[in-house]
Parts: sequence; structure tokens; C-alpha cells
Amino acid sequence: MKCHKCSKVATMHITEIVCKDSVQECHFCEECAQKYLQEEVLEKEIIEVDLESSVTKMVENLAGATAVVCESCSLQFSDFRNSGRLGCPHDYTVFHDELLPYLENIHGETKHCGKFPTRYGANKNIQKEIDILRKKLQTVIQKEKYEEAADIRDKIRLLENQ
Amino acid sequence: MNFESLSKSSGEWLKGCGIESDIVISSRIRLARNLAGFPFPNRASNFQKAEIENLLKDRIQTLEFEQKFEYVSLTALNTLDRQFLVERQLISRELAANDGPRGVALGNLESLSLMVNEEDHLRLQVMRSGFSLESAWETINKLDDFLEKKVSYAFHEEFGYLTACPTNVGTGMRASVMLHLPALDFTKQIDKVFRALQRINLTHRGLYGEGSRFSGHFFQISNQVTLGKSESAILNEIYSVIPQIIDYERQARVAWKKDNGQILQDRISRAFGTLSSATMMTSDETMELLSYVRLGIHMKMIEDVDINTVNELFIQTQPAHLQKLMGSTLDGEERNTARAKFLRSKLRSSGSTSN
Repeated sequence: MKCHKCSKVATMHITEIVCKDSVQECHFCEECAQKYLQEEVLEKEIIEVDLESSVTKMVENLAGATAVVCESCSLQFSDFRNSGRLGCPHDYTVFHDELLPYLENIHGETKHCGKFPTRYGANKNIQKEIDILRKKLQTVIQKEKYEEAADIRDKIRLLENQ
Repeated sequence: MNFESLSKSSGEWLKGCGIESDIVISSRIRLARNLAGFPFPNRASNFQKAEIENLLKDRIQTLEFEQKFEYVSLTALNTLDRQFLVERQLISRELAANDGPRGVALGNLESLSLMVNEEDHLRLQVMRSGFSLESAWETINKLDDFLEKKVSYAFHEEFGYLTACPTNVGTGMRASVMLHLPALDFTKQIDKVFRALQRINLTHRGLYGEGSRFSGHFFQISNQVTLGKSESAILNEIYSVIPQIIDYERQARVAWKKDNGQILQDRISRAFGTLSSATMMTSDETMELLSYVRLGIHMKMIEDVDINTVNELFIQTQPAHLQKLMGSTLDGEERNTARAKFLRSKLRSSGSTSN
């Protein structure tokens, strides 16, 4: 048998699956077979890269339009979907509604009915205050106001010790 | 902390005493807790992790609790020491493998361990020999109350104790009971038990927790749900189901002995024979064979072997323990030789099989 591309003897016989019920037989000499296979790989790669980048773009656009970011740890809900981990306690407030179906799915319930910290009531306000101070601390550190940062840190320590 | 001296004993979970200890190896409860105002460890910088570690370390060490704690920083330990703590179930494989500032505070009785910067800022763990979740809960609840006075936990009125993974949110509690179920496993009835557990939201794991292999016929049964049920409701569910599993295992043992007594006797005798005369032993084979010897002792099919010796061997033949006991690092093949030698010396002096 002769090679389909040139006149040499065909030594490689490739069966291509075109669709579910039809196949195409190709007969090549070694040289042409190599070329054919390389072209095929290249073609496939181009298609895959194209597809991948357009899907990524689509997802980015979608996310960009609706993305809510936690102001405390900068987590987006898509990060949680990818990793299964939340970034900080505040996420439970920021993504409250998005989390409900997940919690329902995992636990069959969405409301805690176990132990409460004994000093929960008093603690709540302190927690809020610490939250605010920590955020302030990040900003002043970024602005390199270290004296102010030290003051805020002392205040946080004081609250933590209450 | 002197790990070498620890390696000579079995630790709390393999002590082999307590209620129903022929089948229930140990009971364990862990609570996941996080500090308010800090990102969870997976999103915290090393600087923040160090801050969390320092804060917790200080509070834990100054706690006026019934036990004193010694804090061990994981970054200061070599791989062998980390593995050693994993084998003793004092830390998780995740804590050993993570990076950045992290550690564990160990209670002086080895039944309490507090992991810092694992998946959550704080993981409290209490372990008891035998079937005693009640006493474990009492201790851990008290410890949690003590700690709560010193740190601000991240807590949400609706969702409870907040955790990095929503699978732990709510109570943050995972209660588990480690069972030795050779008869149910061998007679293939174990899958039926697992399916039944699944229906009531209990899950099963291997010897070393999530994702670990089933080894030595040890199985951990624990709650899957942490939200929407109180701690006592969760514990009650486990309490009601474990006695049934114990019963099934006992029945399976009796039936096995009645129907295939000679085969069972042979299996147990061979296990003992191999353990006390082989010259090379892998860790897996050791677990499997020790499991049969353990069964043999409890079924009175083997005499003069001390159950404590066997319980200790389960842990002492693990790679890191073995190297601690030998006092040197050993590669795989050297370990197999050393393990076989150690087993021979421990078992030869102590037993013979009955017929």
C-alpha cells in the first residue's frame, strides 16, 4: 500500500474516529505519519487554549458584575466555591444568604442550637469594637503611621483581656 | 518535652482500659474554635499566624485549669518528631504537614491536646480510653469555658461557633469512638453497619482520621452534623448506636468461633507465630497480625500474652515510634528488620497459643 501523502510505501496505519459510528482509515509512510500526528496535536492545543481563555473571560465577566468582596479578608464567594474554606469569621455575615443552601445541604439545618459562650452578650460589643480597631490598624500600617498603630494595638490588647 | 520517654508507653488512646475496652479502643471529642477579628489560618499571613500563636500560647499556658499545658511549636520539630505526635494522635496529619507558625499545647496526662493554627485557630481535643464520651465531654466543655474567659471566640447568633470549613460550624464538635471490629470486618458485615450509620448521619473513618486507610480492623465512628443539634443530642445519638455495634461484633465473634472455630484458631495462631518469629515486618502487616492476636486474647484463644503488651505494640511498631525506641533514624528496610526484632523480643517471652 502507498502512503496517502507521497509515493513511499505506507508503514503506519491510523484509524481516526470521526464520530460515534464512523471511522476513517489513513495510511502513511513514517515521515508523513509524524507530520500528520504533530499537526493534529497542535490543532487540538489551539482549540483547547481558545476554549479555556474564553471560558475564563466569561467567568471573570460574570464575577466582575456581581462579586461581593469581604472587606475584612477580601474573600469572594467564588474563592470559597473553589477551596471549600472561608477566609475569616466575618464571611459568615457577608455571604450569609449564599451560605444558607450549603449549610442546609451539609447539616440539614441552618440554625445553631448548641452551646453559647457564657459571656456572649457582653462579648458581642467587644468583638465588634475589636473588629473595627483591627481594620483601622491595617489602614494605619499601610499608611506607615506606626505610632498610631501601636496605640490601636494596645487598645485591642486591652479589649481582648476583658 | 521528652518524646523518647513517651515512646515507651502507649498513650491514652491505646491504654486498653475503661468501659467495653475489648472493642472500644478510645473515645475522643474535639471542638473547633476561632478567634474573632483574625482571618482563618488558610488566609492568614505568617505574621498574623504568629500573632495568633503567641496570643493563644500565652492564654493556654496561664490557664488555671486542672491540668498544666506544655506548648510545642511545630516549626521547631523535625519530621520524625512531628510524625511521632501524629502516631500518638496528639496532632493531626494536617497540622504536621501545614506550614507557618503553628503548634500544640499538650496536657500533662496526654489526654488533652490543643492544636493551634490547624484548619482553625484552635482545636481542642480530649481523649479517653474505652467508651466514655460523657467524661470526655465534661472535661472539654470545662476547658472550653475556661478558655472562653481569656479569648474572644468568633461566634454568630445564628450559626454558632464559626469555623473555616462550614462542615464544622455550629457546635464545632466532632465526637468519635474508635472501635476494633475484626469479626464484622472479616465476615463482610461491616459495610451493612456503615450503611446504617450513614442513614443516621454518622460517618466512619480509618485509624488516623479523615482520608486515612482502614488498618488493623480499627474504625472511627463520628458525627457528621455540627449545626442544628445540641452537643448533648449529638452525643446521645452516638451513645445509642455504639452498644448495638458492640453487640453485633460480639455476636459475629461467637458465630465465627462456632462455625469456623478451627480456621479462626489457625489464623490467630499463625498471626502470633509470624509476629514472634519473622525477621522482616512491614507496618501494615504488623497491624493486621496484631489485630488477630488482640482478638485471640479477648476470645481466650491465646494464652499468656499480656493484652497491654499487644496494645502497646500497635503504637510502638509505627515508624516514628520505632525509630525513637531504637534511638536512630532508619530507612524502610532497616525499619522492617528492627520492627521484626522488636516484636520477637516482646512476644517470645510472653506467650503460647492454646488449642
